[in-house]
Amino acid sequence: MILTVNGQAQDAAPRPGQCLRTLLRELGWFGVKKGCDAGDCGACTVHLDGEPVHSCLLPAFRAEGRAVTTIEGLGGPCAPGGGPAARTHPMQDAFLDAQGFQCGFCTPGIIMTAAALDQGQRQDLGTALKGNLCRCTGYRAIRDAVAGVPHAEAPGACADPVGRNLPAPASRGVVSGTAAYTLDVAVPRVLHLKVLRSPHAHARILRIDRHAALAVPGVVAVFTHADVPPRRFSTGRHENPADDAPDTLILDPVLRFVGQRVAAVVAETEAAAEAGVQALVVTYETRPALLDPDAALRPDAPLVHDPRDRDPPPPWADAPPLLPHPNLAAEAHGAIGDVESGFAQADLIHEAEYVSQRVQHAHLETHGAVGWIDADGRLVLRSSTQVPFLTRDALCALFDLDRAAVRVLCGRVGGGFGGKQEMLTEDLVALAILRTGRPVQWELTREEQFTAATTRHPMRVRVRMGARADGTLTAIQLTVLSNTGSYANHAGGVLHHGCNESIAAYNCPNKRVDGYSVYTNTLPAGAFRGYGLSQTIFAMESAVDELARGLGLDPFAMRRRNAVRPGDPMVSTSLEPHDVAYGSYGLDQCLDLAQAALAEAALAEDPGARPPGSDWCVGEGMAMAMIDTIPPRGHFAHARIRLDGDGYALAVGTAEFGNGTSTVHAQIAAQALATTPDRIRLIQADTDAVLHDTGAYGSTGIVVSGQANLRAATALADALVQAAAARMGVAPEHCRLAGECVETPAGPVPLTALAPLEARAEADGSPRSVAFNVQAFRVAVHPMSGEVRILASIQAVDAGVVINPMQCRGQVEGGVAQALGAALYEDYRLDHEGSVLTRTFRNYHIPACADVPDTRVLFAETHDRIGPLGAKSMSESPYNPVAPALANAIRDATGARLTATPFAPDRIFRQVMAAVAERERAAP
Amino acid sequence: MAVRDAGVRRRAGVDEVLLAGWPMDLNGVTSVITPGPADALPDWQAGDAWLAGGTWLFSQPQPQLGRLIDLAGLGWPTHAVSDSGLTLSATGTIAELDRLDLPPAWVASPLIGQCCRALLGSFKIWNTATVGGNLCMALPAGPMIALTAALDGVCTIRMRGGGERHLAVPDFVLGPERTALQPGELLRSVALPVAALCRRTAFRRISLSPNGRSGALLIGTRDGAGAFVLTVTAATRRPVRIAFDAVPDAQALRERILAAIRDPDWYDDVHGTPDWRRHVSLFLAEDIRQELTR
Repeated sequence: MILTVNGQAQDAAPRPGQCLRTLLRELGWFGVKKGCDAGDCGACTVHLDGEPVHSCLLPAFRAEGRAVTTIEGLGGPCAPGGGPAARTHPMQDAFLDAQGFQCGFCTPGIIMTAAALDQGQRQDLGTALKGNLCRCTGYRAIRDAVAGVPHAEAPGACADPVGRNLPAPASRGVVSGTAAYTLDVAVPRVLHLKVLRSPHAHARILRIDRHAALAVPGVVAVFTHADVPPRRFSTGRHENPADDAPDTLILDPVLRFVGQRVAAVVAETEAAAEAGVQALVVTYETRPALLDPDAALRPDAPLVHDPRDRDPPPPWADAPPLLPHPNLAAEAHGAIGDVESGFAQADLIHEAEYVSQRVQHAHLETHGAVGWIDADGRLVLRSSTQVPFLTRDALCALFDLDRAAVRVLCGRVGGGFGGKQEMLTEDLVALAILRTGRPVQWELTREEQFTAATTRHPMRVRVRMGARADGTLTAIQLTVLSNTGSYANHAGGVLHHGCNESIAAYNCPNKRVDGYSVYTNTLPAGAFRGYGLSQTIFAMESAVDELARGLGLDPFAMRRRNAVRPGDPMVSTSLEPHDVAYGSYGLDQCLDLAQAALAEAALAEDPGARPPGSDWCVGEGMAMAMIDTIPPRGHFAHARIRLDGDGYALAVGTAEFGNGTSTVHAQIAAQALATTPDRIRLIQADTDAVLHDTGAYGSTGIVVSGQANLRAATALADALVQAAAARMGVAPEHCRLAGECVETPAGPVPLTALAPLEARAEADGSPRSVAFNVQAFRVAVHPMSGEVRILASIQAVDAGVVINPMQCRGQVEGGVAQALGAALYEDYRLDHEGSVLTRTFRNYHIPACADVPDTRVLFAETHDRIGPLGAKSMSESPYNPVAPALANAIRDATGARLTATPFAPDRIFRQVMAAVAERERAAP
Repeated sequence: MAVRDAGVRRRAGVDEVLLAGWPMDLNGVTSVITPGPADALPDWQAGDAWLAGGTWLFSQPQPQLGRLIDLAGLGWPTHAVSDSGLTLSATGTIAELDRLDLPPAWVASPLIGQCCRALLGSFKIWNTATVGGNLCMALPAGPMIALTAALDGVCTIRMRGGGERHLAVPDFVLGPERTALQPGELLRSVALPVAALCRRTAFRRISLSPNGRSGALLIGTRDGAGAFVLTVTAATRRPVRIAFDAVPDAQALRERILAAIRDPDWYDDVHGTPDWRRHVSLFLAEDIRQELTR
């Protein structure tokens, strides 16, 4: 059939059941994204004869004879793969000017939708954009883009760029649909990989018959547990691989959760691979499954990792750590002082258990990797990862390869949030490439993302906290039960981190923590924004609020009285020395800023700030959070910057997945080199680019990788001045780098005369500083239905010197939005056999435009002496105080103390009704 | 949405095929037939599905399907307005329905826009999703079910091998994803009588998030003689219609609702617990009663 795409008549032969999305991508239009393939997310939106449609839902044959416009052709006709159209559509310009994106994966679909709205629809974006999901921005920047509110400054005009609102270097590509994400490449002769996934929560594979699968036309290979290296590893990636228990095989004869890989089929097409998967005949021996974390440590609990399934370690190897129960994946114990004597001194004690549920990262780009053997015989993987270097190292260990024999790189990555600090696809893709010799691609479906990728750790946190009548805390005790699922990736790290800054933020002589992370036969939890803190801070900040209420104290004053200040030791449960310091301190400013803004919000006149009706209950609440700016025990980055004929080329390891680090890298280098950011070309996220980079996790993009960049750029600036001075025979201290030349007393030396020149530097992630976030809400709660409306949302943050205020605001807004999802809507449902029921966005509701209010973002003014140019991290932490601040506001509005997220109407209405009735009885 | 064969049920619990991780190309489908206006429909066979808009068919794996019968070629007019009322073709899209310009005497007309907006899908989905598809999906939250049930809609069903039969909407939708269609039967249209279109209406909807899937969608109507009808959908497993000769008092309304909808009838899924759906339905019904009393 013939269809017209972006003005080009194209001949296509769609398969009968094919949707338009996959056809358009086959035709080379990679701007058409897959976010869900279920019609829920809108990332695949195109225009069909001018009308916006979700191309994943449209049968491809229906495009015959019709005109399709994709993001690439929105501005005018263009050819596939030919770069952006000559002209851009005004909506594309508006998204660039407002920086209405972060990772940008949803952006083509949002722009295609926004470009089709009429005036009336633009007035109600909550309704008009309900078919478009963005996980990064929190929608304010999108609303500004549609309204034509610009924020970005011109890169060429930003000399002295630190503190300026530079747009992302990739902006033009993102809004035009030409920025290449992980799988937006056409790899010749690529094979497609699909896996069969376990239908059982716990089983042993007795037999896999692959004959029928191999007989399917197009199937090239089938891999089972018999084909994989007998090496255990962890999908969780850390600088030190020993941080995570090696309990995972590429393919394992023992299946520990519904959705685990059983076998892989590699074929010429996705359809053939799928048919091959269906043709596999597997015999399972089921085992009793452990689904309830509360039962995990009972003596008779089913063992998720039965020691009898493993060969004993060879005599030369380290014995596995001795834990009291095989289902215990990690534990944390510690105390300072004596909590019982602290409770004895308390005038008021609050004790309750706070439950945080399992939630998904829901980055719009699912996990995926494509790889091949390059001309030099090296294994190359292009992957959707936050940790290309650590993945390279893991593959080397798994397959006995030298570092020089493996290259891992990223395209633009469509969101991460910690979910891509795991190796979930690369091991299997590498195996398939090495065995077949062919290029292989594996793209997870959205359903696989929900059933078989990682999640936040569900946690039960029992908090007991005491205070004197004046509000002084006397004792803090946390007992934590964390459910790591069937594998221990990040089990220990999340538990320890969760029990650290949450209580170190408060001065209190008596603290005690007992934490347990247990295995269950459920899908594995992993790294997730906040890394354990969101769950413990929910408990801690709710408890502090209850004590303040009980003692008749203002919640801000309660924090001022008890929170750490410079000079106070930051102590969780150990008095051992550590490398965390007050590089700068802005918590006091954050508390003042948030309190003042909350007072203003109560007086606001606009309709969105008023309760929907007179019967709604109105209240206010706040919570604070502290976070170390860098993970402990080493986080490394290398940077290399080179002056050549075209300007500066900066090589760093960090991936760009909406974190905005690329923008900041250009700003830092430009600042050090006295030039404008448009003169910095970035080479990133490629194991060939620099020696090593631990990766973009733990909020380290600016404070570690940026530090290495600053050091390299400063060294290059010095070298340029030295070289110019030597050339002109003058003293270097009288010379100055100025844009395109070095000014000397003997006249300017153009940079072109000094090229090539290169400098390298590294950063080791120590010492570390602390960053702060204070969230405040004003809410209305309907006393009958349990509906919660946010009337005002405020977050004050201490990020040190804010290198890019526009981007930092976006990180905060996005963190608040993602946290509101967990606080109000998102929840995994598992059936009684451990199978995930919530497998689509329509059944797992992440915030849409109408769900997220604007958050007023306020910056404390501090200058960090540790971070580069005074900056601190600000990416995970905005998430952490949101749930307790909301709970505290609902408590204030209704009297109901909610102890489990999400605060969905159907879960809270009984408690809200009872509390409101009780309050009315008490105060007639 | 494709008109769906009532004989095909989704399996509960663990589903091995779903776990294979499907892309949304329906790779099991090996043929599509698009009959023209003058053509006879092909003989129905196992693995067939009617394809209308496709917004549900293509939204999840359909491993049981081998052939799609595309209804787009039949050229059915989207709707017909007559003295007896409004007839909606099953293949008319939500967008076309929303754009209808209806006689001013049909004071129930605003209900159409309200129900279109109650669809979880955005205006983009309206461009392809169909009225008939929404009915045949038989989801409790299906707003076209609410609309047509509240306005006394009668379904015209083409029987396999020829002939037609008729069913009132509450008899057509039997439960979540279950209709009265026999294999090979096809929903042709829904007729809304003029009497229903001339009633006053009141619409109430609630969901767990502002634009989420309806947890309860209730419609009240009142005719010139004062007769009051309450239609409860989304909160219940199938549409429930409760008729009164006159607007009842609050107590009577509550009692009749609880008598008509027994505890197992309140729907249970991720979009609302049965307890909450029952609770909010009762107060939304009271809200409707008060509005139509005025």
